[in-house]
Amino acid sequence: MTPSLESYVMLSAALFAVGFLGVLIRRNTLVIFMCLELMLIASTLALAAFSRFNGTEDGDVFIFFILTVAAAEVAVGLAIIVALFRARQTVNVNELDSLKH
Amino acid sequence: MEHAAFICLSAFTLACAACVVLSRNTVNGAMCLLLCLMGIAGLFIQLHAALLAFILILVYAGAVVTLFLFIIMLLDMQGGRPWRPRGVEIAAGAVSAALVIGGLDLLALRGRLPSAVPASAEVGASLRLYAYQLFTTYFLPVQVIGFLLLIAMLGVILLSHRARREGPR
Repeated sequence: MTPSLESYVMLSAALFAVGFLGVLIRRNTLVIFMCLELMLIASTLALAAFSRFNGTEDGDVFIFFILTVAAAEVAVGLAIIVALFRARQTVNVNELDSLKH
Repeated sequence: MEHAAFICLSAFTLACAACVVLSRNTVNGAMCLLLCLMGIAGLFIQLHAALLAFILILVYAGAVVTLFLFIIMLLDMQGGRPWRPRGVEIAAGAVSAALVIGGLDLLALRGRLPSAVPASAEVGASLRLYAYQLFTTYFLPVQVIGFLLLIAMLGVILLSHRARREGPR
């Protein structure tokens, strides 16, 4: 007996919610970035499940693109975090409050 | 059998994801992210997307998590103040996450989702179809993605170069 599409979508939603929770409650920029990656991966899981249950390859091709863009995004994001750390000597979002009124 | 494997893999993945969010040590969080990605790769294999599982392990486990670990080492944040959860933050975050999960699950349960799995071709034929689509229907996006990677590389080089020239303040 194969698991249903609903169970895959619910698992994907749960993973997304866990990543979302991490983005909301953590204060370390690097951990927030890891949780963002978790949310991205959760969405690709839903895409793979839909692609499998619809019998098409298009979702799988899009996951390929998503993984490529995620790799580029991680490289640029980490470079920005390192530049931020060099300028401000902190990665805590509570102390990065230049835009706060 | 397949259902039991799905339940084991999803429980493992969710536990590792929770560990990423809750671990106080950033290195432990990165390691849990690695394990979580392994679980997702197993789920991809169960969804007959073995190629994507391999790409996920190569790109994420091989490059992204390593990059995270290098940056954690470079910034050396182990000596800093450890993360201390505040009650009101936890409550607000839990309510928001519950809203997200509730809304998405409601959508999944109310929608008319196809329940039968179509008979899949063997792996070789599926891979051939995948490659064919990548180089015919999606040929322009492949080129654009390659260009995007080039731009990202140049941007990262420029960012780190400027940071080095200005030096720490």
